[in-house]
Amino acid sequence: MALTKESIKKTLETLKGDIPDVIISDLEKELLNIKVSKKELDKIIDEIKRRYEYCIVEPGEAVGVVAAQSMGEPSTQMTMRTFHYAGVAELNVTLGLPRIIEIVDARKIPSTPTMTIYLVEEYAKDREKAKEVAKIIETVTTGDVIKKTEIDRIESKITLILDKDEMSRRGITTERVVEKLGSLKVEITWDEDRVHLNPKTEAPSLKEMRRLSNKAKEIYLRGIKGVKRVVMRKEGDEYIIYTEGSSLKDVLKIPGVDITKTKTNDILEIEKVLGIEAARNAIINETLDTLDEQGLRVDVRHLMLIADMMTVDGTVKAIGRHGVSREKASVLARAAFEITVDHLLKAGLKGEIEELSGIVENVIVGRPVRLGTGMVDITMKRNGYK
Amino acid sequence: MRIIPKKIEGVKFGLLSPDNIRKISEVRVITADTYDEDGYPIEGGLMDPRLGVVDPGLKCKTCGGRVGECPGHFGRIELARSVIHVGYVKQINKIIRACCRKCGRILLPDVEIEEYRTQIKKAKRVGKSELPIIEELLKSAKTPKECPHCGEEQADIKFEKPTSFVEDRNRLSPTDVRERLERIKNEDAEVLGFDLEVARPEWMVLTVLPVPPVTVRPSITLESGERSEDDLTHKLVDILRINQRLLENIEAGAPQLIIEDLWELLQYHITTYFNNEVAGVPPARHRSGRPLKTLTQRLKGKEGRFRSNLSGKRVNFSARTVVSPDPNMSINEVGVPMLIAKELTVPVRVTHNNIEYLKQIVKNGPDKYPGANYVERPDGNRVSLGKVKKIEEVLERIEVGWKVHRHLIDGDVVMFNRQPSLHRMSIMAHEVKVMPYKTFRLNLCVCPPYNADFDGDEMNLHAIQGEEARAEARVLMRVQEQILSPRFGGPIIGGIHDHISGAYLLTKKDTKFTEDEAFQILFISGIDEPLPEPILENGRRYYTGKQLFSLILPKDLNLVYQAKICKKHKVCKKEACESDAYVVIRNGQLLSGVMDEKSFGAFAGELLDRIVKDYGTDEARKFLDRATKLVIEVISRKGFSVGIDDEDIPKEASERIEEIMDRAEAKVQELITAYNEGILERLPGRTIEETLEMRIMQTLSEARDKTGTIANEYLEQESYIKGKDNNSRIMAVSGARGSLLNLTQMSACVGQQAVRGERIMRGYSERTLPHFKRGDRGSKAKGFVKACYKKGLDPLEYFFHAMGGREGLVDTAVRTSQSGYMQRRLINALQDLKVEYDGTVRDTRGVIVEFKHGEDGADPARTDWGRIVNTRKIIKSIVHESIKDESIQDRDGGR
Repeated sequence: MALTKESIKKTLETLKGDIPDVIISDLEKELLNIKVSKKELDKIIDEIKRRYEYCIVEPGEAVGVVAAQSMGEPSTQMTMRTFHYAGVAELNVTLGLPRIIEIVDARKIPSTPTMTIYLVEEYAKDREKAKEVAKIIETVTTGDVIKKTEIDRIESKITLILDKDEMSRRGITTERVVEKLGSLKVEITWDEDRVHLNPKTEAPSLKEMRRLSNKAKEIYLRGIKGVKRVVMRKEGDEYIIYTEGSSLKDVLKIPGVDITKTKTNDILEIEKVLGIEAARNAIINETLDTLDEQGLRVDVRHLMLIADMMTVDGTVKAIGRHGVSREKASVLARAAFEITVDHLLKAGLKGEIEELSGIVENVIVGRPVRLGTGMVDITMKRNGYK
Repeated sequence: MRIIPKKIEGVKFGLLSPDNIRKISEVRVITADTYDEDGYPIEGGLMDPRLGVVDPGLKCKTCGGRVGECPGHFGRIELARSVIHVGYVKQINKIIRACCRKCGRILLPDVEIEEYRTQIKKAKRVGKSELPIIEELLKSAKTPKECPHCGEEQADIKFEKPTSFVEDRNRLSPTDVRERLERIKNEDAEVLGFDLEVARPEWMVLTVLPVPPVTVRPSITLESGERSEDDLTHKLVDILRINQRLLENIEAGAPQLIIEDLWELLQYHITTYFNNEVAGVPPARHRSGRPLKTLTQRLKGKEGRFRSNLSGKRVNFSARTVVSPDPNMSINEVGVPMLIAKELTVPVRVTHNNIEYLKQIVKNGPDKYPGANYVERPDGNRVSLGKVKKIEEVLERIEVGWKVHRHLIDGDVVMFNRQPSLHRMSIMAHEVKVMPYKTFRLNLCVCPPYNADFDGDEMNLHAIQGEEARAEARVLMRVQEQILSPRFGGPIIGGIHDHISGAYLLTKKDTKFTEDEAFQILFISGIDEPLPEPILENGRRYYTGKQLFSLILPKDLNLVYQAKICKKHKVCKKEACESDAYVVIRNGQLLSGVMDEKSFGAFAGELLDRIVKDYGTDEARKFLDRATKLVIEVISRKGFSVGIDDEDIPKEASERIEEIMDRAEAKVQELITAYNEGILERLPGRTIEETLEMRIMQTLSEARDKTGTIANEYLEQESYIKGKDNNSRIMAVSGARGSLLNLTQMSACVGQQAVRGERIMRGYSERTLPHFKRGDRGSKAKGFVKACYKKGLDPLEYFFHAMGGREGLVDTAVRTSQSGYMQRRLINALQDLKVEYDGTVRDTRGVIVEFKHGEDGADPARTDWGRIVNTRKIIKSIVHESIKDESIQDRDGGR
């Protein structure tokens, strides 16, 4: 006797709360396609319950240490090569051990910030529209459109020869260049693709001229500041924009950008723009991706714990003496890690009390640690038995 | 009588006040001399007998205890003038700048001080650190030019490193500083972060210096009879000497200048006494020129007290020696050399039941195995059996309640460890198996978790001393309990190298053994299961390899998966696969497919994984023990060796490879010409040079891959068509050792050598070696090795190859230190987290880090490659009819 779909659904409904929803929805997907009898369904549910209960962590389990080991042990097998190509040959991305260390350190700026920008439906499929978005994002400086600079010592002027092809490719007009060059505070004349700069000072030295010409090459024309390079790639049937340099806040404002999928590898930026929960997810995903890329398998739960520890108090803290370890309650634990003497001296002024509840503290005083089997105490009533 | 140890409830830190120092001191040390001419300590000297005892046989003059009983007692030096404590100069600097020079109040109006006070209270209440608030207070109190309390004008105080303060070009002496700190009111000190119970600001400036007990700074008597004093004693002698001189000069009314000089010197000595590595202070040196190890140096760093003696401790009952393999042992066992078994002991309490046995053991003494090294009386006194003249006397006195420290015997539980201990599987519990010779023996399956090999690795063994510890080790740390790694929820213990090749040879399509052979193999590998029906061929009875392997599988096992050798064809032919990569096990019978790395290899073993998870660790251990023995026996019978002829490829193949190489080189030349002519198309966002490099690298690596495919094709043909097995290839394909890339490099082409991920660029200007023209960007000039290892590298190629190789070595060395430090930090940050009874993950403060571990409360070690339950698998096992398409079981590693 096969059960109807409705009755299966109903039975599964009753499981909610006992078993994680993921499993129930998995089960539903599987069961609706096959014939099951009531007896079989009960058996399946019993078995799943049994396995789930078996899987639950036992109280006292030293999950922190296990998580740290699970991430630390494979890291010895990772490569050190800082640069590696990740899908996009045109961009450099830090991977391997240096990247993991960077994430765990909660660095202010990652060594290779990149963004992966997804586009909303109508832009993603349309090459031209995607290109438009890419153009808005990419920073263009005068240096990008200047083919050559010439310094004329006799007339004391600098001539910038513009690259017309590059300009049309990037959609920059000569007027725009001249307008932006205005910030240099020099006299500007121009014809076609040549812009002449005349320093206002009398007989400027060569050094000054050179400095000026270099300055003229660094003037921002358009795009999002911080995004140095943009590469567009077709993946599946949609265009995705990869960038070198990151500025999430500005990119999210651009029309056509899919704000739900677009991401950056700068965790602190994510924290600033999207909040701490997003930063936590970013830490998990970034570490997981880095480990995956190296072919190392680590359970997400460990990475979650590490990410949670870094983000518990609402800001991203580094793993190490400046972050998590500085805020430990125990003086001895801090002293045993790093900067020993400072912690002891400070503790003296504050009159800190060492509760001796953590791991190192108990090791130091020579007692069993309060983890796992050490968590349990047995007491007996003195007069209970005779 | 056993002494009940006192339980430490907690430790409170604080400063020592001068009164306190005087109170705890037993001696006022006044003379810089330590011993008189007869070698006796001088009273009032640094080795005063009232400070404790270090010489055996003497009694302490203060407490009467002997060495070991007397903890030592403090003394003191009354300083002629106050001296600043270096550790607190920064703090002092901040405080005297924030306080009025006249009235000592914080330079802020009362309202503001109160504001800070409430803020601090609030922070303390919610468990936050008050330090940032105090920092802010100190910063804002620095600015006022006038005291809001007494109206006194404030002068600017400059801090001159290391220990002096200058106010308007007048140097503030430590005494001045101390006076100012004294003026700070208690209420203000509280806001400044002082715990008034144990600290007052002025205590940061010393007037009395505590002298640590002699037990803290024991002197060593050299062989020549000369005494060598501890570094701290040396430093204290210096302090005393200057202090004395300063005192005399003050009393004699010496000129201010001289006094100040001496004062300065006293400050220097006390500074270096506390910390000999203060920036800007020349370190005090020993006569030999070695910098002294003073208080800070004793505590600090990896070799300091904290990390070296408190967080890590030395232990007894441990042994260390070289490890070597023994495939005939169980994974749970460890072979212990007889010598070690006689040295390490286990305490056994004498009871009515074991008294006879233990007496026999005691009778054997320390030299005859199995014997005992000590007996322990109920009061804890030990008798060393090696030292007693007549063991019989001891024997007679032994009764119930005594303890016998007997030698290790077979079956004892010990802990076995290999450094670096990167994860919990680096220390596992094994059962002892006492063996001859001098190495620890271990089963090869446990090599992966320890990351051990036998090129001279040494490992440590710890004999467990208590019943509770032994029980815990046995239940939680036994090797078989650790088969599944908590890192990813799959097996980490499993077959390696020859196990895999052996299994492959055994279960290959056409492997069969005559009845005789089969019986021998099974006998040797200890398999006594009932045999299946043999197959008859030419009137002889044969057993197939698959039949033999099926004997060790659980009888009701059903499993389908693709083996490692699977080539991932677009259409899977399943059972008809010509490389026999489709594994089907039904009711414990291996019907099709070969056993390779994916069956029971460490990290990948699918079959092993199934057995541990469904049949338990006992079954898994049995399976591993028997499988490895079986497979090793098979491979030893068949023989398995690799030689250079394994990489032989026919002439035709070499020609094709040559051709590909030529074409690739031509293509490179083309690219270079295009670059030189400026017609090379630039990749977006790259310079033209980068583009060229990338294109060349791409071309060459494609060429190498192509040659590899060709070579592999021929090698494959060789093994299939001619029926000649190619052992090198078997190893690579089955996952036993090596990869196809290694084969390619041996038989076809080594490929591009890289340094820093680029072609080799360094060397002379515009060229790598003088053998090339300047500016040559050709493949050869930049480190492409066209030859294969078998053919041999020419000198230039060899040189480039060495460059690439060296980078690899440097890389490994750097990586180990970096990842080691990262792991230390991770462990330190996370070590206090544990799962509470309510399922939350909390730290010691009680802060909830996770409400449920990993969002679902699962223990990764118990999951199925990260999944709590594999619903499909369970449904399949219950609803048999639903198995229409016995598709490959899926797993997606937890995401």
